[in-house]
Amino acid sequence: MTALRITPMFAFGSRRALRMVERNLLVYKHQWLGLLSGFFEPFFYLLSIGFGLGRLVGDVAGPGGQTIPYALFVAPALLAASAMNGAVVESTFNFFFKLNYDKTFASILTTPMSPADISLGELAWALMRGAIYTVGFLGVMVVFGLVRSPLILLTVPGALLIGFAFATVGMAATSFMRTWQDFDLIQLVILPLFLFSGTFFPIDAMPEGVRLLIQLTPLYHGVDLLRTLSVGVVGPDTLVHVAYLTVMGLLGLAVVSRRLDKLLLK
Amino acid sequence: MDDAAPLILARHLTKRFGAFTAVDGVDFEVAPGEAFGFLGPNGAGKTSTMRMIGCTSPISDGELTILGMDPRRQGADIRARLGVVPQHDTLDNELTVRENLIIYGRYFGLPRAECQRRADELLEFVQLSDRGKDLVEPLSGGMKRRLTIARSLINEPDVMLLDEPTTGLDPQARHLVWDRLYRLKQRGVTLVLTTHYMDEAEQLCDRLVVMDKAKIVAEGSPRQLIERYSTKEVAEFRFPAGVQETLDGQFDGLGDRIERLPDRVLAYADDGEAVVIAARDRGLHPETVLVRRSTLEDVFLRLTGRSLIE
Ligand SMILES: Nc1ncnc2c1ncn2[C@@H]1O[C@H](COP(=O)(O)OP(=O)(O)O)[C@@H](O)[C@H]1O
Ligand SMILES: [Mg+2]
Repeated sequence: MTALRITPMFAFGSRRALRMVERNLLVYKHQWLGLLSGFFEPFFYLLSIGFGLGRLVGDVAGPGGQTIPYALFVAPALLAASAMNGAVVESTFNFFFKLNYDKTFASILTTPMSPADISLGELAWALMRGAIYTVGFLGVMVVFGLVRSPLILLTVPGALLIGFAFATVGMAATSFMRTWQDFDLIQLVILPLFLFSGTFFPIDAMPEGVRLLIQLTPLYHGVDLLRTLSVGVVGPDTLVHVAYLTVMGLLGLAVVSRRLDKLLLK
Repeated sequence: MDDAAPLILARHLTKRFGAFTAVDGVDFEVAPGEAFGFLGPNGAGKTSTMRMIGCTSPISDGELTILGMDPRRQGADIRARLGVVPQHDTLDNELTVRENLIIYGRYFGLPRAECQRRADELLEFVQLSDRGKDLVEPLSGGMKRRLTIARSLINEPDVMLLDEPTTGLDPQARHLVWDRLYRLKQRGVTLVLTTHYMDEAEQLCDRLVVMDKAKIVAEGSPRQLIERYSTKEVAEFRFPAGVQETLDGQFDGLGDRIERLPDRVLAYADDGEAVVIAARDRGLHPETVLVRRSTLEDVFLRLTGRSLIE
């Protein structure tokens, strides 16, 4: 019998990536207030839209057809959207800045650290921060009595998966960016995703064609994943969401791993 | 020549950026313990060469061996043994002086306690101990340079790559940097540096190559280069404004060679004093006369013809 050898699709980074996390922890020791901002964004949205607007809307049909308060409908969606936003900002604007203007990456590259180590480390750090925000946001949901199922704890890895998918694709996109103007395109993609992915209202409200289109986009899968987990109604759809986001993240990583050396080692 | 294997060996080393050739087939080798310099004007290709040696820039053509390894395959292993001081400071502005050293050591995989120990030692070495807790930004240019040098030493490198270590520093700061580099050299660290300061090259380098327009145009110790390409002495004549242009031909035959710069005339000869007397005999009345030894500046002028009346 021949041994089965699994060849990875790409070799990417090493344990050295953790040093990037260490660096960022050092940085945030000096500016820990900056960490808080990422928490407040979804929190304010929840207060304004979930509870403010929710008062006008009343109860809505949630996953599996059960009736839930609007705040519970919108809270996991806000969590998904903020996981996306955090990952996109970090992997596009901030990553582009560090690639091209900040000398930090350049200085790190003169050590044994590779471009892949740096990117992987930055990715890990962004995800860790995202996890902290998610836990904070779940705390708020507990306080406001928006908990129906212990499965809500799974929104933490769920939000991480969303962050991973958007961050790697964001980095991949950034590796093709030439100027700051190119980033307007990213906003052009992110904003409609934020508004129409079933975030604030069920996509059933949309015409059939539009609905099918939305079901092809990533944030829809993120929103529905976290929503079904929050309410505790998981099914085959949940697996589809997880599979979609995982494949998206791996594809992003595959592109990044092919492009990074070219970008950083000129 | 040393019969130890060279630490760095470059054969026909070439760097292209698109259609532009920044380093055009250069050959050089650096022996262990040597202080080796690339001397050349801006744009000569010094930084491009250094970055290839530093394994942060892939070579376009030719061969390069560093510490017996191939940068294409063993970049990380090579970088682990280099100390790099880039042309422009790349300190981490979000961290303190001491943290800059510690985290840099961590990038090399050193244990945290060891990083802290070395950081304190190095801060001492570059006389920045009292600034350890400060952020980097308020430091003066000279202090940042010293910190960058300290940072490059955190992994106790075998080879230091210094790209214009003192450009932009005031004379006092330069001398402090030179002094530290000199001490490192005495400890046996191999120094590879670039500079466009002739005095820096003379002060620090055992051996150097003169680079111009992507090519190496001469190689040797500072003394050898001066002997080969210049005379022992130079007489410098300065004339009142407007007079120099009227002196066509009047210097012919004075000394071995004449260079006419926009602001002065240089006469190369082994006996500078004799040239001055001869000039006076010809009825030339310079405003000031200076007889000095030849420097690498004269070598460069001779080799490239640059800074001739343009
Ligand atoms: N990344 C790059 N892309 C395109 N051209 C470059 C790049 N880096 C350097 N060059 C060009 O290569 C030449 C040599 O540059 P450099 O190696 O920095 O010279 P030096 O360090 O001697 O001043 C210059 O003309 C410079 O403009
Ligand atoms: Mg340079």
